Amino acid sequence: MTFRVHVRVMPRAGLLDPQGQAVEHALSALGFEEAGAVRVGRAIELDVDAGSRDEAEARARLMCDKLLANPVTEDYLLDVETDRCPG
Amino acid sequence: MPRVAVVRFPGSNCDFDALRAAESAGADAYFVWHREADLRGADVVVLPGGFSYGDYLRVGAIARFSPVMQAVQRHAAAGGPVLGICNGFQILCEAHLLPGALLRNAGLSFVSKPVDVIVEQIDTAFTCDYEPEERLRLPVAHGDGRFVAAPDTLRMLEAEGRVVLRYVAATERSPFQPNPNGSANHIAGICNAGGNVVGIMPHPERAADRLLGLTGGTGFFSSMISSHQESSN
Repeated sequence: MTFRVHVRVMPRAGLLDPQGQAVEHALSALGFEEAGAVRVGRAIELDVDAGSRDEAEARARLMCDKLLANPVTEDYLLDVETDRCPG
Repeated sequence: MPRVAVVRFPGSNCDFDALRAAESAGADAYFVWHREADLRGADVVVLPGGFSYGDYLRVGAIARFSPVMQAVQRHAAAGGPVLGICNGFQILCEAHLLPGALLRNAGLSFVSKPVDVIVEQIDTAFTCDYEPEERLRLPVAHGDGRFVAAPDTLRMLEAEGRVVLRYVAATERSPFQPNPNGSANHIAGICNAGGNVVGIMPHPERAADRLLGLTGGTGFFSSMISSHQESSN
């Protein structure tokens, strides 16, 4: 089975996120003064062939730990689609 | 004469400068392509600056998986000297040969200018020709040079004397050029616990020839020769 996995990688809370700050300033300049605490991260999507949803998630977690996220500076969230991909 | 391997990744761009600086210091320097699995009898390994693999995903993240990096890991584990400059420093962090990580500069801008650094650790294969606390002016050229590490790691680096280069603090008045990127503890370079793996953001190879205007970087390359002679005796 093939599972679509969505990975969201975010800078660890407490670390300076200059990109987030710059976006926040830009939003404020556009008049969106209600926006705050902006953080900029990265989204990664991939197909994972696995026997079960749990297996797909475990493999994706390993991919995050080894490559997709830096454990020193980033946290990640995984979302595995329950429906199988077409084909 | 030490054999100095300068590793080239797709996107390396300070490779010739590093090779020439090592040669000028008296080393037998040569290039090793990133797909090679053998360092060909290197005494010293240099990972030069640049933008390996286009900085995709994170700086240094993909280069870490090049075949040559396994040979570099073995060389380092056996106590062999490794110097990572700029992108080379980023690769060493991603490869877990050095702790911490290098993130986007606090000011978001790519910074290319000379800065002032202090040599805080001279007991390495790359800094032994410097005087303790020697002040150098070296060029930096990076977008991701802000060193970060967990508070425990920072404390350990400081306690064990593993900060090799430190930017002059921003509070100091000119004529000094201070911390350009918001690095924790003004760290510009560190070493591993054994002292044989060193990573620095400034570019000594761009300050190693009178024609280039600055010569403060020559000590990194002459130190390779001095420490090799010492270890051979």
